[in-house]
Amino acid sequence: MKKTLLYCLFILIGLRVTAQQTFPVNGVADIKPNKFALIDACIYIDAHTRLAKASLLIDGGKIVSISEKASIPAGYVVINCLNKIIYPGFIDAYTSYGLSDTKNEGNAEDPIFISNKDGAYHWNEAVRSEYNAITNFSVKHSDPDVFRSQGFTVVNTLKKDGIFRGTSALVSLGSERDNLLIISANAASALSFRKGSSKQDYPSSLMGSIALIRQSYYDAKWLKENKGKVEFNQSLQAINDQKSNIKIFEVTDVHDIFRAQKIADEFNINYIFKGAGNEYQRIPELKKINPIIIIGLNFPKIYDVEDYFDAGNISLTELKNWELAPSNPAALAQANIKFLLSTSDLKKPSEFLNNLRKAVKYGLSEESALSALTETPAVVFGVNDQVGSLKKGMRANFIICSGNIFKEESATILSTWIDGKSYAINLANENDIRGTYQVTNGTIGTKEITIKGKLTDLVATGIKADSTDLSIKLNYFENQVSMIYDPSIDSASIGKFRLNASFVGNQMIGSGTGSDGKQFNWSANKTKTFQEPIVANEPIQKEKELKLGPVYYPFTAYGTTNILQAEKMIIKNATIWTNESPAVLTETDVLINNGKIVQIGKNIQALDAKVIDASGKYLTSGIIDEHSHIAITRGVNEGTQSNTAEVRIGDALDPDDINIYRQLAGGVTTSQLLHGSANPIGGQSAIIKLRWGKIAEELKFEGASPFIKFALGENVKQSNWGDRQQTRFPQTRMGVEQVYIDAFTRAKEYESEKLNYAKLSASAKTVSPRFDLELETMLEILNKKRFISCHSYVQSEINMLMHVADSFNFKVNTFTHILEGYKVADKMKAHGANASTFSDWWAYKFEVMDAIPYNAAILTKVGVNTAINSDDAEMARRLNQEAAKAIKYGALTETEAWKLVTLNPAKMLHIDHRVGSIKVGKDADVVLWNTNPLTIYAKPEKTIIDGVIYFDSERDLELRKQIAKEKERLIQKMLDQKKLGMPSQKATIKEKKLYHCDDMENEMSN
Amino acid sequence: MKKSILIFALSIVNYAYAQQKENIIFSGATIHIGNGELIENGTIQIKNGIIVAIDNAQSTNAIIDPTAIVINAKGKHIYPGLIAPYSRLGLEEVEAVRATLDYREVGELNPNVRALISYNTDSKLIPTVRSNGVLTAMTVPEGGIVTGSSSLMKLAGWNWEDAVYKADVGIHLNWPTMRIYSASWAPSVEDQKSNTEKSYTELRNLFNQARAFNQTRPKVKNLKFAAMQDLFSGKKKLFIAADYSKDIIAAVNFSKEFGITPIIVGARDAHLVLNFLKENNIAIILENAHSLPSREDDDIDLPYKKASILYNAGIPYCMAINGSWQQRNLPFEAGTTAAYGVPREMALRSVTLSAAEILGVADNLGSLTKGKDATLLISTGDLLDMKSSSVERAWIQGSEIKLKNSQNELNEKYLKKYGIDQ
Repeated sequence: MKKTLLYCLFILIGLRVTAQQTFPVNGVADIKPNKFALIDACIYIDAHTRLAKASLLIDGGKIVSISEKASIPAGYVVINCLNKIIYPGFIDAYTSYGLSDTKNEGNAEDPIFISNKDGAYHWNEAVRSEYNAITNFSVKHSDPDVFRSQGFTVVNTLKKDGIFRGTSALVSLGSERDNLLIISANAASALSFRKGSSKQDYPSSLMGSIALIRQSYYDAKWLKENKGKVEFNQSLQAINDQKSNIKIFEVTDVHDIFRAQKIADEFNINYIFKGAGNEYQRIPELKKINPIIIIGLNFPKIYDVEDYFDAGNISLTELKNWELAPSNPAALAQANIKFLLSTSDLKKPSEFLNNLRKAVKYGLSEESALSALTETPAVVFGVNDQVGSLKKGMRANFIICSGNIFKEESATILSTWIDGKSYAINLANENDIRGTYQVTNGTIGTKEITIKGKLTDLVATGIKADSTDLSIKLNYFENQVSMIYDPSIDSASIGKFRLNASFVGNQMIGSGTGSDGKQFNWSANKTKTFQEPIVANEPIQKEKELKLGPVYYPFTAYGTTNILQAEKMIIKNATIWTNESPAVLTETDVLINNGKIVQIGKNIQALDAKVIDASGKYLTSGIIDEHSHIAITRGVNEGTQSNTAEVRIGDALDPDDINIYRQLAGGVTTSQLLHGSANPIGGQSAIIKLRWGKIAEELKFEGASPFIKFALGENVKQSNWGDRQQTRFPQTRMGVEQVYIDAFTRAKEYESEKLNYAKLSASAKTVSPRFDLELETMLEILNKKRFISCHSYVQSEINMLMHVADSFNFKVNTFTHILEGYKVADKMKAHGANASTFSDWWAYKFEVMDAIPYNAAILTKVGVNTAINSDDAEMARRLNQEAAKAIKYGALTETEAWKLVTLNPAKMLHIDHRVGSIKVGKDADVVLWNTNPLTIYAKPEKTIIDGVIYFDSERDLELRKQIAKEKERLIQKMLDQKKLGMPSQKATIKEKKLYHCDDMENEMSN
Repeated sequence: MKKSILIFALSIVNYAYAQQKENIIFSGATIHIGNGELIENGTIQIKNGIIVAIDNAQSTNAIIDPTAIVINAKGKHIYPGLIAPYSRLGLEEVEAVRATLDYREVGELNPNVRALISYNTDSKLIPTVRSNGVLTAMTVPEGGIVTGSSSLMKLAGWNWEDAVYKADVGIHLNWPTMRIYSASWAPSVEDQKSNTEKSYTELRNLFNQARAFNQTRPKVKNLKFAAMQDLFSGKKKLFIAADYSKDIIAAVNFSKEFGITPIIVGARDAHLVLNFLKENNIAIILENAHSLPSREDDDIDLPYKKASILYNAGIPYCMAINGSWQQRNLPFEAGTTAAYGVPREMALRSVTLSAAEILGVADNLGSLTKGKDATLLISTGDLLDMKSSSVERAWIQGSEIKLKNSQNELNEKYLKKYGIDQ
């Protein structure tokens, strides 16, 4: 209630900008009528309506009328705008205007678990929802001219710090007192995935940020339901107070939009997005969620590609992004995705108009561009009755331009009007003095003077006695020109002649001195008006520049221009390793249709099926990697707390990771992507199929059982993390056990608390139990709805976890790594655990000194369902070889060895009803090999998932050629553009993180 | 108690090595010479630690020596012992435990430190490596720019003195890279450039001073310069680790300034500078066929097929793996190069004779050739393919070595525990 009042008050003040104010005046009251008539202008009332010649009347900061009639009432200051264009003032939806900078002091050396901030706020400093831009805004912190010079009249301003960032304010870019500039004090709420200046450890990963957002929403709800009965928390209160706000979610990649949208769907809220500028890479998928996106116009610079070797360091993705990024706004417009434009990604906002023109050149229509800068933001912020178009009663916010600001390089903004006040941008040249003048009087060393160039940047030349060009240095201000030149040496700066003149009609009249120092009079008549020079090869240049390469799915090397589709096919005459009975079929066909294996037998006929000759080749089911960390972005570990059961690897999938393709080429079709092993209870796993080209959600194995990563031993007790990391509990294997017992005990108590509460009568229901994502996950384990894959090495700890599980009446589904599994194989069998191990890794830390390569064979022989996994992006490319090592070390049969990387992991992941063998009705996830897959000489020729050929060794060779060709084309294009003087950047190699279990990193801070 | 068992176990292994140099005739085997050739059903005799005869006759008649033990190796394969040309064997036991690490000395320029001094003959890792056929290995100091002197070791011995095959084979240099990278943790482009430039100045200074020092031998001895003496005469080799194309070129050109022909280690970008390598007669120690391509856009099988690119270009190379315990997979890395274009016997050469040539010990090691060391092994299957590789017996300089290691002992122990030791 209070808030709405306040809001109304601000609007009222807004309406009476110059009339009444609360603060005292120093001096006499200087109240101006501020009535202006801008006549004979070409006026864009809004993005869609253009009046060729009209007058705009403003009074007291408001628009009185726009009319095509000529009569102007008395009392108005008349401003002639002939040949000028008036556009509604631009709105920048994403700035930090008027807010002081945040200092980011980086992470503390010692871990910080709980916020050190004074006051009753959220436990995590990255949740800053209580922040209000309005309480910190002051025009003195920023320079409004920077924005005005680019046509902006209103900005949304917010603090770009933290995950929940509090509220923004919509402010006018005038130079009034702060109080008079506020259009909306609570314009929007802001969020991001980045923790910003918070020095707390948590969250250290993208998935941690997502979990924090989700838990905060749940906590806010809990606080609301139990108001006054539970803790006081200003941050959570603020989330509740901002419920009806517009919410702007800043992302750093197009895939982040899908991640944030998932949160929005869960909590039934709407986000609009501050995009990253690479939205064009996923238009079809974006179209499905139909977002509103604020986009910056920061286009990559050319790379220095002159050096052949250094140029090789730039990836195809970077090269293509350089070419296509300027087409991002056009791509969104063509797909009818609503977007707003902002200066926010630019190093210098003064680059905005240039980049805007570039976007227009790359296909963005003027109408879309103007709309994105005016009415779309006005509608989004709910202020389209005040700004965003030029109509009676609205704020007099507009720009006067010398020409078409979206298209003409030479067009400039002459003045930006905000609340009826003019802020001059390019003052001098309201008169166009350009043209050719014949000297009619005086001997001045040249017979004519030509003035040309941009209105803001005039240049002059003359003609010498010998008919050659003479350069003249010229200054123009307030209808007066001064010139200096020397016809004898043609040096513009140290001239014999110094001339001044004024413009009278079409004449220049003035005086000057020559080398003799005597003053003379001179005059010249304009004989030709200025015309924009026509650059001879401009259309050709433009056509060359605008010849754009296609978007690849995914947007990386080995992407394809079309998303790959399932095919009906017969694989003929293969030697088939079925993993069923019989284990080997020779010269047999397999028919695949609709993504499934539909028939296995001899001489299968199907007229409409593609036939793949597999004579002499081997067909197997696809390799399943139980332990992988590929295709994960921004952190594989949320290792900041002992228990992070709330985080989900599935929230941080990177579907564009080249390792997906590389592993397809090694025959992998399904992978379990695990959280790292930095803490006893890590995050939830994601089981994916390697569907190259799809987006993250489409990679997920539909209907797969949920899993979670646990970890034991040196990593979780931080043995190898350095001397500073000795404060987080646990530091011993004894402590690790207690973490589990504690977590499961809490979960049980949580469950009974919830059950008891549910049983209470409505009146007895006082304080509801807090919904806790971490405990919910633990509960799923206890209730056998989520399954553990536990990183483990030595027998003592393996034994321990089985005991913990037994005491809580559940089973440890899988021990992964499990290098000493062979020592407790009998116990594992009795418990019912699966084993997923390395073939022969050891000696990399103390706890793996008793690892032996016979492990998989012993476990298998004892009767434990055993798999061999990779935990490594490289090794996953040849898991067939790793399986073969179980023949060498432990003499398993070929069939037994092969199951280690196919059927056995399928069983332990509970997906063997779908994959893991070649059987009618199962998914068509198969690999065609050139020879026996267990030999070192084996190579996949085709890797098929759901009947889609995702890897084909022949297509691969074509793609290599395509990559080379496309790179060369782009490099040549860069060289061409560099010749035209485009600025460039160094070619460097981008280090990309490859994850293993124990990789800790903190890349979420700004 | 536990400890004494361990020591006992180790001593069994090593005791085996002190046996007499044996006189053996192996008959009927497929003999993989190591030079690219293959003898089906051949015969080979070793005596006094060297190979005294080798023949491809159909029976043992060709070589007759009643004093020799005859081993019928029909259907089996005889290979020269593999050579790991670049390893941390003996210098590292547990990667994460600092107390067990002996390969990185303090400082940037340490030509005087010698790997063999740290070499631990009793490392538990070594027996697991030789079980797969690697019988000789270079042990190399790492860290800093000039890392020290490497030595070639026999993978059996009582101590480093009798285990050494060739001491101080060469000096190792990590080439400061010209490759500019960008990442959130990366120094600025300018800083990266100037750091590299500084390193080059230091290196030039070191080499110039060392050369001058060794011409006159001043009274005040400089250990670092003295250690470099043989580099300039060519007696010691210069190994330079360089991966980036420009680094490879710079490293070679730098060496040429001092009259040295270096061996390039790593050489991930070798395929980009083939002509340069060829013109300058550069040999390569190619590391890690089992690795990911350096660049996202690279051919996905580039590391697998790089050996064949060098092979087809006629550039001498041998295969290596970085690290210690990993050396047992050296045969399979060579196997991968065979799957990706190198003829099989030439892939074997890349871990035998080619390595011996590059390390300068081919006169006595690296192939099954009359007069060379009797360092060889019998395998029941293809040594380069894990599916069939099984090393039955092995000899180093004519003495049989035990192939048991702590790992197969644990295997047997637990098979027994579960009653599945049949």
